[in-house]
Amino acid sequence: MTRTRILTLFACAVLLLAGCTGGGDGADDGRITLRFLSLAWQDESVKANRELVREWNATHPDVRVEYVQGSWDSVHDQLLTSFEGGEAPDIIHDASDDLADFAYGGYLADLTDLLPARLRSDIPRHSWETVTFGDGVYGVPFLQEPRVLIANATLLKESGVRIPTPEHPWTWAEFRQVTKELSGKGRYGVAWPLKEPVSATLNLSLSTGGRLFHRGDDGKVTVRLEDGDEVVPRTVHDQVGTDRSASPTTLGSGGSDTLPGFFAGKYAMVPLGFSYRQQIEQQAPEGFDWQVLPAPAGADGLAQGVSPQTLSIAEDSPHKKEAAAFVDFLLQPDNMVRLALGDWMLPTGEQALKDPALHTAERSWATGTALAAHLRPAPAQSVRGYAEWKDKVATPALQEYYSGAIGMDELRHRLEEDGNLVLARYQR
Amino acid sequence: MRTSTAARTGQYAALLGYLVFLAFPFLWLISIAFKPPRELASLHPTWIPENPTLDNFRQAFDEQPLLHAGLNSLLAALGAAVIAVLIATPMAYVVARRRGRLAKAATGWVVVSQAFPFVLVIIPLFLVLKNLGLINSVPGLVMVYVVWSLPFALWMLAGYVRAVPRELEEAAAVDGAGRLRTLVSVTAPLLAPGIVATALFAFITAWNEFFFALVLLKTPEKQTLPVILTHFIGAEGVADLGPLAAAAFLATLPSLVVFALIQRRITGGMLAGAVKS
Repeated sequence: MTRTRILTLFACAVLLLAGCTGGGDGADDGRITLRFLSLAWQDESVKANRELVREWNATHPDVRVEYVQGSWDSVHDQLLTSFEGGEAPDIIHDASDDLADFAYGGYLADLTDLLPARLRSDIPRHSWETVTFGDGVYGVPFLQEPRVLIANATLLKESGVRIPTPEHPWTWAEFRQVTKELSGKGRYGVAWPLKEPVSATLNLSLSTGGRLFHRGDDGKVTVRLEDGDEVVPRTVHDQVGTDRSASPTTLGSGGSDTLPGFFAGKYAMVPLGFSYRQQIEQQAPEGFDWQVLPAPAGADGLAQGVSPQTLSIAEDSPHKKEAAAFVDFLLQPDNMVRLALGDWMLPTGEQALKDPALHTAERSWATGTALAAHLRPAPAQSVRGYAEWKDKVATPALQEYYSGAIGMDELRHRLEEDGNLVLARYQR
Repeated sequence: MRTSTAARTGQYAALLGYLVFLAFPFLWLISIAFKPPRELASLHPTWIPENPTLDNFRQAFDEQPLLHAGLNSLLAALGAAVIAVLIATPMAYVVARRRGRLAKAATGWVVVSQAFPFVLVIIPLFLVLKNLGLINSVPGLVMVYVVWSLPFALWMLAGYVRAVPRELEEAAAVDGAGRLRTLVSVTAPLLAPGIVATALFAFITAWNEFFFALVLLKTPEKQTLPVILTHFIGAEGVADLGPLAAAAFLATLPSLVVFALIQRRITGGMLAGAVKS
């Protein structure tokens, strides 16, 4: 190889790098630019978010918002490094159960005095509880979804069982009985997708008065499995092991994995998030008749835990007031409805919840909307050490219990004894 | 030693099985990419889509800036490959030809550096790049990829350098060539397959890399394909499977094409005819 060739190669590399050089973040024209990290991912949802950003930019020439697409899969890592490096987006879309560490770490702005009274009063107190850590409010909860039963309407009608409504839901005992009646001929009454069994179990257990986490006078949290906490896990366990009315194979599946069997009539019902309707609408075979039923009710009615989607503002943002104004714009009742429809979820705002589009029988919107008032903060939202307890103790224990490998006593022992050792390390 | 027909049949069967095993995920990806949503949710999936559709590709392009991301990936991967090879080649020559404590220490460091997890370096790296004004820029990402692939590239190339007979360099020296001339005119051409293989390694490493790109690139117009692909995955791991498969299929093609184009250079006789025996 000649020297000329080497020089040419080197020149190519330099040119390549020169070609790589981006245009930067634009010239400084005196306008404020806010970066909005959005986790919208479904087609309609992305469109709704982008449209709203465009509308804001068209009416606010001095405060431009830049839409930045993030993903649910990697948002925690992305935010952590952004916060540490002082490069966080100004407005952050996330979920309330991911905020605690960021809030306690001082990365998120306290919104208490930044948000307008309209927004504060429009969202119910129990929703604000999901984003309140210590004395501060670190996000605006704006979308949420209840866990519901999505049922094969044809099978349900044929069986002659009572169809539950939000006003007259099934009890857990009745639900167990119904799944028995719907089973047989190679079919299961229900398929529980419990790949992540902890949040599903805890959130549904609120209906039966389950609390699991008990805060003492000293402020420390301990795990205690009481009668109210046992109803949901025992129902699932018995459906799988005793009644054979729940498919044992779906216990390790995610929600989407159960859909092919559901469409093929192998399962009469699947407990899923309300937003799964979008997938069902898109993937169900022609003529497949489905409907949404409320999850069973217990001593505390239809209560269940949720972790709403949130909008937060970075503590490092130099334009918090402007960012709060954009959040207020994004969450105007009409806009909240557009976001909710795009994500097939429910808005938290009371004004938005009144929108007629959310009360139609079509795609069972009305059933879900009727459940909104029963949604409560997920039980473990503010428990420090919850993530480790969930991964190391509760997930394997519940998986073993549901599969029949251990009984209720052993489940209690693991959740309480092993679990409290984990939590204690975070509360010294 | 003669191989019996049965043994040979067994070997071919094992090879075929291995090829099927390797090809399965890619063929399944192609199958999914052309299936409409209703077929994706079928309890009895078929290899060949019954109603093949291009809608997944259309949707993937509509929803995400795939072309732009592909260009960013290409720039980052090509930049990383070219620069890594330019730096690693002379370094590898020194490591391979010099026998001293420094060369040994360098080789040891190369091996150790491969064991560092990404998360260990990402925050200091982020801060360094931020101070240099290279966050959210493809050149910044190229720098990271070069640094990341350099140790292994060095290791690979040193092996190729050792395989070049010293006699050739000695003969060049006898003919009056200096060290640089020897390296450029004698050794480098013989290293071509090694350089190509190393460049390919650096290219594919950078092409597939996700974590650094996720953390360092902030805006969609700068993001690379692996980052954009995650945008088809929603909360609780729910995936928009059709468009995701279509986009992943497209993302796989360039590295396959690059590999197909240059794989002959890698497997070609490296030193064929170099030394007359």
